[in-house]
Amino acid sequence: MLYRLIENKQLTATVWQMKLEGDATGITRPGQFVQLKLPEFYLRRPISVCDWTENTITLVYKVVGQGTEAMAKMQPGLEMDVLTGLGNGFDTSLCGEKPLLIGGGVGLPPMIGLCRTLIEEGKHPVVLAGFNTAEEVFLKDTVEKMGATFVLATMDGSAGVKGLVTDAMKDIEFDSIATCGPEPMLKAVYNAAEVPGQFSFEERMGCGFGACMGCSCKTKYGNKRICKDGPVLVREEIIW
Amino acid sequence: MKDLSVELSGVKLDNPIIPASGTYGFGQEFLPYYDINILGSLSFKGTTSEARFGNPTPRIAECPNGMLNSVGLQNPGVEHVIAHELPQLRKTFRKPIMANISGFSVDEYVHCVELLTKEDQVELLEVNISCPNVHGGGMAFGTSPEAAAEITRAVKKVAAKPVYIKLSPNVTDIVSIAKACEDAGADGLSLINTMLGMRIDLKRRKPVLANVMGGYSGPGIFPVALRMVYQVTGAVKIPVIGMGGISTARDVIEMMMAGAKAVQVGAANLVDPYACKTIIEQLPIEMEKLGIEKLSDIQRV
Repeated sequence: MLYRLIENKQLTATVWQMKLEGDATGITRPGQFVQLKLPEFYLRRPISVCDWTENTITLVYKVVGQGTEAMAKMQPGLEMDVLTGLGNGFDTSLCGEKPLLIGGGVGLPPMIGLCRTLIEEGKHPVVLAGFNTAEEVFLKDTVEKMGATFVLATMDGSAGVKGLVTDAMKDIEFDSIATCGPEPMLKAVYNAAEVPGQFSFEERMGCGFGACMGCSCKTKYGNKRICKDGPVLVREEIIW
Repeated sequence: MKDLSVELSGVKLDNPIIPASGTYGFGQEFLPYYDINILGSLSFKGTTSEARFGNPTPRIAECPNGMLNSVGLQNPGVEHVIAHELPQLRKTFRKPIMANISGFSVDEYVHCVELLTKEDQVELLEVNISCPNVHGGGMAFGTSPEAAAEITRAVKKVAAKPVYIKLSPNVTDIVSIAKACEDAGADGLSLINTMLGMRIDLKRRKPVLANVMGGYSGPGIFPVALRMVYQVTGAVKIPVIGMGGISTARDVIEMMMAGAKAVQVGAANLVDPYACKTIIEQLPIEMEKLGIEKLSDIQRV
């Protein structure tokens, strides 16, 4: 389906925010992703949905390779071929009354849509974000505008709690976890709290909709495709 | 009204478009995008005797005009396919099914063929002797005429349906292998499988794929596939299904002009889930432009 790029702005040295206009009703849950067709590249690029309305999709992405470099150069007005509503996303019915949403670096964006959805459902989420340093922080205002508590952890202590997200978790009261970020962080979070948890994983993908078996992983519930059966796995099924 | 129908060893297809094995699962992932009954047939995910997880990830790498994959024949095993995947596919698909079979020994191929040939709606058997992503099986059988002939003879003894042998392009002389299969009784041939390739991640200074090498597919291999189909159809009398980078209706017509009786669409499905639908819709339009009334009238140039 075609979407129009209406905004593409830089948030930090390496992180950008892209807004697309078009039918977003294919997105049914926070934590889903889209597949962008970029000119000059064969495979689509999977990017998690930060937040969405009926007719806009916000993507926040980090420039890490040639594909995302090309994305950062795209000018508003461009028509883009996008597959939306991919992946299972987070199940808010598995979140308690006080869910802790943990985003590590560029794992933070999907926590925005999840936070909004949980607030709309009358729950009281806390967003915990982990970065290396204060200069890397993004989306803090977005969370605070929604009325949710934003807790920050930086490795060098230049903002918020000094240390890892697992250090900051100790002082937060929560009954469930939803998280996205680098795998070592996911594992540390998994080991830090035995509450109901949903963990969003990343894998290099081919199609993004379950056909190619490029992103398979083993779980306690059998083989799963990160793109179709994930990217969100529940605590009980994860094999580290 | 343009006539798109073709025939493969007595099996009539409404059109020559067959999604290639490994790019279409068992059809279920494409149901949200279109009615898969518009297809000519469907070659399902390569099936082995036992369930296989396949290779470690990353299994996918970007390439100019294509991609690498090193999936390694992940599949739930032939018994699970018969008990679960085929009944599910039959609920939504009424066209002839092409069963894609792989293995690590002659006995394994024979076992899978014995089971799948009995299945209703499986009207064609495609025996993959060309997977580049597994060791000690797959491509090992497809790189020598003797081994290719041995597999062909063995599966033909137990097959009650036409057998198409899927050939590897990673050989010095594909024609000699094609002829060996024909002489051993193959009803047809499918070519080409992916071309063995590799990418290196410059930052990590390591291969992109966990399995180091993988199969290159996509528009980049189309001229090679076309050349091989042309060479093989000039040397054998049995029908050939052409594949390798086909992405448009024009590619389909070109492949049929090279001698293919039908075609498979592979990588294109993965970057555009509507690829087969678009090709099928565009075929009559391209035929009109080229003055073709009946697709099966296309002769090898």
